[in-house]
Amino acid sequence: MAEIIQEEKEGGKKKAKKHAPHIDMTPMVDLMCLLITFFMLTTAFAKAKVMEIVLPERIKDKPIDPPKISASRTVNIILGPDNKIYWYPGAVKAEDYNNLPPLQETDFSTTGIRQLLLERNRALFKKIDDFNNQVLTGKISGLSQDSVAGAIRQLKKDDDTGPIVLVKAYKKANYGNFVDILDEMNICGIARYTFVDIVWYEEKMVETAAGIASTVNAPAK
Amino acid sequence: MPKIKLPTKSPHIDMTPMVDLFSVVLTFLMLTTTMRQQEPAPVDTPFSISEKPTPDANMMTLLLSTDDKVYLNFDNGPDTLLKYRPKILTEMGKRYNIEFTPTELREFEKYPSSMGVPILKMKEFLAAKDVKEKTVFQTGIPIDSADNQLALWVLFARQVNPNIQACIKGDSKTGFPIVKKVLDILQDKNVNRFNLITSLEAAKINLEEIQK
Repeated sequence: MAEIIQEEKEGGKKKAKKHAPHIDMTPMVDLMCLLITFFMLTTAFAKAKVMEIVLPERIKDKPIDPPKISASRTVNIILGPDNKIYWYPGAVKAEDYNNLPPLQETDFSTTGIRQLLLERNRALFKKIDDFNNQVLTGKISGLSQDSVAGAIRQLKKDDDTGPIVLVKAYKKANYGNFVDILDEMNICGIARYTFVDIVWYEEKMVETAAGIASTVNAPAK
Repeated sequence: MPKIKLPTKSPHIDMTPMVDLFSVVLTFLMLTTTMRQQEPAPVDTPFSISEKPTPDANMMTLLLSTDDKVYLNFDNGPDTLLKYRPKILTEMGKRYNIEFTPTELREFEKYPSSMGVPILKMKEFLAAKDVKEKTVFQTGIPIDSADNQLALWVLFARQVNPNIQACIKGDSKTGFPIVKKVLDILQDKNVNRFNLITSLEAAKINLEEIQK
């Protein structure tokens, strides 16, 4: 062995050892393994993200008429039970509750609600997509991230063909549906959408469509 | 014939590089870590494409569990230095004629996760020693119109810290009525901007179809 040979050569002379004595590192390694495992398990690497939503302000003192929107652009989306989505275009008046239009059923898949919204929002989505491509390929350069976001916001603001989406929720919907539908709005680049309270005849429409026993009645006048 | 003696001892492995490597990893983890908070109710947040990170300070998180309970948390981030939490509790105590001792206020300030304790049980909750005892009191913040403590918490939180933002953290299976109720309470207090806490997910869009 190397060490022994070396000692023989030096003729047993007592010399201060140059090498530090061998320290057994194994317990240290054990401990570090433990600590690393602990930290890896407790660390939250991916920080949770937030999705912002701004709801219209409530004016309590003086009731004002809701803003008029064109019925042809309006899409009403109602979150139903069992992760279903019901929707109808235009508006329904409370007067014709005996003759309610049927709701159309769809779901949260790419061929469901997303296709529906994208088809209606094609013009705006194309504009935003083209703009993004131009930024990515360098045709438009020198824009900061904020001004890109600002330009997209302006595109959305100027849009006057895309749908106006009113999101409503039936009482058996869940929070996941709510987040999903708002997420769809962001994915499809819908410029105008808001969350509004469901009205009684819409609840009735959902119940008819889903085949649930009706729980609502027309409010007495 | 002489036998070849095999060494019985295992050869010595030099652990130093391993220790070096582990030290680096450990240091990295220790520096980057943000401890995962133990929430009083397990919540699986829904997915979205939003990439905006959760704010570090000036936020109050409303935790909506699947069993329709509401828990509230004022952030444990840098703003505990400004002592928002004890101030909010003091205001709340004044409203209900409960006087909290400095020890209780400190306990409240240090409590690391969401609270769902009715204010009348708050003293007992803060006095409880271990986690198990404390969870008994976590029955959710009352939100019914007769005794709407959540509305008061929100009100005082906004009085103490005007910059506070509302974050909503709900389970995907939380029923909608409770969400609606909480949104209504917040809107009554003029909170119209909400941050919904979600996990990141990629969205698939068929771009070719759009370009047609």
